[in-house]
Amino acid sequence: MEGIPVHEWTLIDAARAVRDKEISSRELTRALLSRIERLNPKINSYITVLPEHAMRDAAARDEELSRGRVRGPLHGVPVGLKDIFCTKGIRTTCGSRILSDFDPPYDATVTGKIRDAGAILLGKQNMDEFAMGSSTETSWFGPTLNPWGTDRIPGGSSGGTAASVAAGMCFTGVGTDTGGSIRQPASLCGVVGMKPTYGRVSRYGMIAFASSLDQGGPIARTVPDAAVVLSVIAGWDRSDSTSVDVPVPDYLAATARGVKGMRVGLPREYFAGGLDRTVKAAVEKALKALASHGAEAVEISLPHTEFALATYYLIAPAEASSNLARYDGVRYGYRTDGAKGLTEMMSRTRAEGFGAEVKRRIMIGTYALSAGYYEAYYGKAQKVRTLLRRDFAEAFAKVDVILTPTSPTPAFRIGEKVDDPLTMYLSDIYTIPCNLAGIPGVSVPCGLSPDGLPIGAQVLGRHFDEETLFAAASAIEKEIPMPRVAPLEGN
Amino acid sequence: MAITREEVLHVARLARLALSSAEADRMKEQLGNILAYIKQLDRLDTSEVVPTCHAVDMGTPFRDDSVRPFGEKEEILKNAPDRDGDFFRVPRIIED
Repeated sequence: MEGIPVHEWTLIDAARAVRDKEISSRELTRALLSRIERLNPKINSYITVLPEHAMRDAAARDEELSRGRVRGPLHGVPVGLKDIFCTKGIRTTCGSRILSDFDPPYDATVTGKIRDAGAILLGKQNMDEFAMGSSTETSWFGPTLNPWGTDRIPGGSSGGTAASVAAGMCFTGVGTDTGGSIRQPASLCGVVGMKPTYGRVSRYGMIAFASSLDQGGPIARTVPDAAVVLSVIAGWDRSDSTSVDVPVPDYLAATARGVKGMRVGLPREYFAGGLDRTVKAAVEKALKALASHGAEAVEISLPHTEFALATYYLIAPAEASSNLARYDGVRYGYRTDGAKGLTEMMSRTRAEGFGAEVKRRIMIGTYALSAGYYEAYYGKAQKVRTLLRRDFAEAFAKVDVILTPTSPTPAFRIGEKVDDPLTMYLSDIYTIPCNLAGIPGVSVPCGLSPDGLPIGAQVLGRHFDEETLFAAASAIEKEIPMPRVAPLEGN
Repeated sequence: MAITREEVLHVARLARLALSSAEADRMKEQLGNILAYIKQLDRLDTSEVVPTCHAVDMGTPFRDDSVRPFGEKEEILKNAPDRDGDFFRVPRIIED
């Protein structure tokens, strides 16, 4: 690590350096806080920065270490959290005006787990409002810019987390993924993002968008770093009845397993017309990387792929319209002034507190669930979801993993798609089927476009087989090296 | 798939969203486009298909119905936009 600036260290190196007392947690935390202070005005990847809180915790971790106590694999390491995870006494906004002054009375399970593992929380990271978006442009707190090109969006909805990791403003962050919100921004920012199997990570205290699809997961600069973080946050939780009680394996060990004999499925529907040529070429490089380590390519078909987006845009808004009914200006959050009656207060609070994209989705969802339409819309979508799950089940009888692009294009320009909802929705066309089927997926960098923008490859796997995904992603990472951090101007 | 302006306003009322006239017009157009896109699902025959309730196979989880006290009432109440002691205060419920 000699000669490498602190903010470019991997999480694993940083954690070891703290444990071996080569650097104190305070020095590490101070270095990253000063980087955030300098770069956040430029790229706006944090909504809330916690300098005092972080320095106090770092001092406490150093003190523990001096007594020989190591809390866990993140001891003394500064990290970020998407501002969707509740943090007790620390403002949690979900990127929305309606929660702009909300101080949660409790911690999310993920928040507690990273703290228990010894991590230092640097701040809360920017996101599309209520995680609805693919560009971080719908945040009430303004868009995050992509550190690889500040005229570009970082992807979304976990765009603040992906941009912070890419710019060396934290060693890792935890994001959430409902239709691609970890993988797509990871791809567009040149970092690693893992959406675990539905039920692998507790959703308790993670503000709900679409409850049958939402899943938290790590964004990090390397595959082994992401593996360490998933080991920390995964596991059954009595407070989330959809979390699944299966043992948490050693994900870091899985990254070294190799891919010899692994069967890699290439779904022909994902490589059909419309795929950007440079993206296709980069994903082919990822396939070559896997083949060079002994994996074998198998052409497969996922025949219902073309219906995934329409299915998602019924199920996600329907669940969102129900989840977001709780924001009514009564118990917490924003409330309008001067309303004469209760209904007027609620209707105006919601009109003023939510942005355009959130309102659109509440409207679609309410329409689809309203009397007389339930069977034709939500019921139909839940049946097509069964067909999509069957596609994957049949494919995984023949192959161990599936390789696809993560995003159809590299990062697009700020403002390019923000007024055209359907075009924006197409950004998630390769990531959405994974959420509908509940399977895990990881995005790993696999090259740069001719204009120097990152491209990601997506690896999908069987339920609860994150280990094989880490092994495959690790092989791709070894063959296609990327810069340690984004080449942000003047950094 | 067209949606009428009346339907937009009806759904907005159900969702407790006050829409301006311009918003209602824009919503009518955008919802119409999205619903037209969603219509493609009708091309699939799903008469024999069981709907997905859970993406991952699992049974219904049971646990003891045990009380876990949350000792910090003030942490909850301090977020209230308006309160009266330990109560949340709201405008008139019975409207004219």
